[in-house]
Amino acid sequence: MTSHIIETDGLTRTFRVREGVRRRTVVAVDDLSLRVEAGEAVGYIGANGAGKSTTIKMLCGILVPTSGEVRTCGLRPVAERRRLAREIGVVFGQRSQLWWDLPTGESFSLLAAIHRLSPGDAAARREELVERLELGEFLTTPVRQLSLGQRMRAEVAAALLHRPRLVVLDEPTIGLDVLSKQRLREFLVTERRDHGTTLLLTTHDMGDVERLCDRVVLVDRGRTVHDGSLAALSRTVGAQRVMTVDLASSTPSLALPDGATHLGEEGHGLRHRIGFDPDRVTAAAVLAAVSADAEVLDLSIEEPDVEDVVRRVYANRR
Amino acid sequence: MAEPHGSALAPYRAVLGSRIRSQASYRTSFGLDLGSSLLVGLTELAEVAVLFTSVSAIGGFDLAAMLLVFGLADLCFSLADMVVGHCDNLPEYVRTGRLDVFYLRPQPLLLQLVTSDISLRRLARAAVGLVALVVGLVVNDLAWGPGTIGLLAVALVSGTVTFAALFVWAGGLQFFLVNGSEMTNAFVYGGRYAATQPGTVWGRPLVVVFGFFFPMAFTAYLPAATLLGLDTFAGLPDWAGWLAPVAAVWAWVAAGLSWRTGVRHYQGAGG
Repeated sequence: MTSHIIETDGLTRTFRVREGVRRRTVVAVDDLSLRVEAGEAVGYIGANGAGKSTTIKMLCGILVPTSGEVRTCGLRPVAERRRLAREIGVVFGQRSQLWWDLPTGESFSLLAAIHRLSPGDAAARREELVERLELGEFLTTPVRQLSLGQRMRAEVAAALLHRPRLVVLDEPTIGLDVLSKQRLREFLVTERRDHGTTLLLTTHDMGDVERLCDRVVLVDRGRTVHDGSLAALSRTVGAQRVMTVDLASSTPSLALPDGATHLGEEGHGLRHRIGFDPDRVTAAAVLAAVSADAEVLDLSIEEPDVEDVVRRVYANRR
Repeated sequence: MAEPHGSALAPYRAVLGSRIRSQASYRTSFGLDLGSSLLVGLTELAEVAVLFTSVSAIGGFDLAAMLLVFGLADLCFSLADMVVGHCDNLPEYVRTGRLDVFYLRPQPLLLQLVTSDISLRRLARAAVGLVALVVGLVVNDLAWGPGTIGLLAVALVSGTVTFAALFVWAGGLQFFLVNGSEMTNAFVYGGRYAATQPGTVWGRPLVVVFGFFFPMAFTAYLPAATLLGLDTFAGLPDWAGWLAPVAAVWAWVAAGLSWRTGVRHYQGAGG
């Protein structure tokens, strides 16, 4: 056994795709060497088709690597899949672990039976998850009647019921509203703090990465292009947030603090878009500067999305 | 990580128990399902009866003997369909991601698939088969004794097991085939139909395909021929009905290979 929860060496996966009569080989994951220590929280990000899901499937034993080595929790995922299943919990944002037609709570009972948890252990863990993920109000509701936010919380509980050492989350916050995202992130932070759970998550949402991960692995076309902190990534690519303000009166120019740049205006100075670097200037400071020039009616802040970051990384590499 | 608690069979029991409770709890829907399933069973039985209004025997089998063949085949098929019939719906499991979810659970994939559902409505079909079989046993002049009862038991168990293998066989192939159920239905439902016929009327290609490759003749026709002391096909001895378990073993070897190859293809490891 190694101390690494995830350990890959030269992990590679290719697919043969048919294009009309010709066949072409596509490299989904290219020579990935990744070490994740127990207790780390890693954001595994990249554009669509970058190879994230393929990597996850190889880590779980669903896909066999074309070449290279992979150990998850010290086990060979394909050969020791059944042992590995006791050690990992996986949340696929797009597919369900739950039984569609059963009350949510019964899905948990079935999963406890499937993982052969002792009744005492199962009850204690279930109680903990129900409380922390606020599932109590819909335990008797059939899964098919849950809202997306409720269902995702139930999915997370389902994946964590057997106290896995490694939790893999594939797009866990996709489609969720701000409040549901926030609840889920808070839960994951607490879970990790209390149980030392290792997290690996893929996401399109930089907010997930910022609030959950202390390490970011960025992949592009199957290759790792960044492995380090988010701050380091942001420094490299200058990931900006964008504040859009609607003003009460037409204001052609605004005096902005350092770290903020004017990106554009609409409606003869009624709406302005301002980019700012959160490491250098706070949203409050930007807003204060704008308010000094004009009355602000409304504002919104967009976080940079992963596609944007990937684009910038890629542009910088050329 | 704590050691697994309780019996290794507990996970399967829990899932199946839950499926059964769930189906039985929607009473109206369950009732309608039973009704339509019964209707299908009766239609197929009527088909046999109608056939015998114009002929008195097919391949040496009269109506009474045919009832025995039909009853055996239909009862075995319906029981297998009830327990593992969802296996030939594999593309659905792949498309919805249910198969991937099986990978995340500490049981063998095939056992999880088999025990993931049960179609209680097939009980109605099985009932039709059972009635046909009982009538067939009564109207035929059978020499009742331990041998007869033994062969009947062997035939029922082997036949059900053989049909179950057919569903898994089909499931394995569906990993490869786009719209695979169209193709596999040909031998699953074609096999069921062939099983209700006496093999003596088959041409050589059918004997090869449904006599031996998919061993449908061993589920009902050969045991019935042995029970009734009638001619068998392809020069097999009159005790060939007792070979039903051999056919069941062969069917499962083929089903296992098919499944294994299919899974390897799905995971992308050769195949």
